[in-house]
Amino acid sequence: MNVESMYQEIILDHYRNPRGRGLIEAPEGESHQVNPTCGDEVTVQVAMDREGHLHLGYEGQGCSISQASASVMAELAEGFDLATAEAARAAFMEMMRSKGDAEPDEDILGDAVAFVGVAKYPARIKCALLPWMALQDALVKSGAMKEGEK
Amino acid sequence: MTIDVDKVREDFPILDRTVRDQRRLVYLDSAATSQKPIEVLEAEAEYYRTCNAAVHRGAHQLAEEATDAYESARARLAAFVGATPDQLVFTKNATESLNLAAYAFTNSSVPHGQGDADPRFVVGPGDTIVVTQMEHHANLVPWQEVCARTGATLRWLGVDDDGRLELDDLDRVIDETTRVVSVVHQSNILGTLNPVRLLMDRAHEVGAIGIVDACQSVPHQHVDVHELGADLMAWSGHKMLGPTGIGMLWGRPDVLEGMPPFITGGSMIETVFMDHSTFAAPPKRFEAGTPMVAQAVGAAAGAAYLERLGMDDVAEHEHQLTGYALERLRAMPGVRIIGPSDNHERGSAISFVVDGIHAHDVGQFLDDRGVAVRVGHHCAWPTCRRFGVPATTRMSSYIYNDTADIDVALDAIRAAQDFFGA
Ligand SMILES: Cc1ncc(COP(=O)(O)O)c(C=O)c1O
Repeated sequence: MNVESMYQEIILDHYRNPRGRGLIEAPEGESHQVNPTCGDEVTVQVAMDREGHLHLGYEGQGCSISQASASVMAELAEGFDLATAEAARAAFMEMMRSKGDAEPDEDILGDAVAFVGVAKYPARIKCALLPWMALQDALVKSGAMKEGEK
Repeated sequence: MTIDVDKVREDFPILDRTVRDQRRLVYLDSAATSQKPIEVLEAEAEYYRTCNAAVHRGAHQLAEEATDAYESARARLAAFVGATPDQLVFTKNATESLNLAAYAFTNSSVPHGQGDADPRFVVGPGDTIVVTQMEHHANLVPWQEVCARTGATLRWLGVDDDGRLELDDLDRVIDETTRVVSVVHQSNILGTLNPVRLLMDRAHEVGAIGIVDACQSVPHQHVDVHELGADLMAWSGHKMLGPTGIGMLWGRPDVLEGMPPFITGGSMIETVFMDHSTFAAPPKRFEAGTPMVAQAVGAAAGAAYLERLGMDDVAEHEHQLTGYALERLRAMPGVRIIGPSDNHERGSAISFVVDGIHAHDVGQFLDDRGVAVRVGHHCAWPTCRRFGVPATTRMSSYIYNDTADIDVALDAIRAAQDFFGA
């Protein structure tokens, strides 16, 4: 495993061309997360529509991994119901804890499976997790998810 | 070259190991912590093997020998900076040394504090404490805390675009209200070597206590406390070939004498009653509890190693390597040096940013090629903000590095540029 294979083409593509980047109009919850060791920043906003579908806004600055992860997450989770979003988050967390050995489920994680190689580099795991932590925190703040469900 | 790098490397077993798929380890992160020669590892082990005991107590031969080892280490490290042993306090690291100094002010200034507080350490509203915009958090946050608790105001000398201190308004920033001037000798993020003597003289002109954070200078050049003109000086053992867990605070005797203790308990007392105690003279007053004996012994062995190389040769070696690296970095398209870009009054820590590639990604490419550098804000977040960058990549060389190491690093930067199309 070398570094080029950690930077999967999907990751680079999302880094260069972030999907749906920007804030939303009426956020019900918002979370700003920073990675104090390297200064990565991500803000995630959430709102649930009447059908119970999730809508996301985000912005941020930082390394390729954190910013691509935000883009992949926003694209993936847009329109999810709460349970599906939570399942995706849990699957992503588990993949990042796998030390890179996991075989993540593409049905749940979509493009986010590309981050499996990042799990081999402990210093980068926090970068990949940052937007997912922001999503969870924003959901709690919006009242859609209870603190205990973390 | 003034230093025989191949020969030096033989003394550092860690440099033989490989990293990331059998790459030779190119260690360019000595500003964070230096590697340790066998001599240091042996000195520490030897202490444990032969005379480990509690120092300054116990009526047995081992205790005597342990005390002797500890006090000899103090003498050696004091001499290393031109001082005497009674002026050298052992701490766990430079951060603790700087906190020890800062708390002398807070503890002297609290209401109902020591009634007999030395007025030099009493600060309050209307007083100012001066630092610079290039401080390590270790010499910034403690002073913010002093200000928060006492009502004093924090001021700082700014940094110009080339990473030098703005000295034009020196006399305005350090004025009659100033009670403390605490500055970094050599910046760990920019590499800048500051005109500390000038700042200390100005501090004394207005009656302030002058403090120097010498973490990045003592390991790399000849430093003499009397030439610096400071009242207090802090540094760490682990950046000068020594083990972790040992730091130093040098102080002028009359200044140390005026400082109340920081951490209290055993070993630092003179007499203890149920309702009050009196304290030992410095340096013991500042060394509560069982001290870091093995670490002090290891740090002294590190100092001995450096003395044998000769600090002037160490400085000259690093100066040559820094010049080599700066020249090539300056010529690389898309690379911007954060800090002085000429090799004048600067040390071997070189920070840079690469257009279009975040420092973390640059660092990853270097790591992939076996190069250890630091990425991030280097515990100098306000300095990064000053330069409008979220993070930098920093390479810092030492006695075991040569130009081949720099070349590997530069190649890795180019590879990152190719890969990211930057
Ligand atoms: C300039 C400077 N000051 C203070 C420190 C803090 O040293 P330590 O972490 O050993 O306490 C460092 C080390 O990172 C430094 O480079």
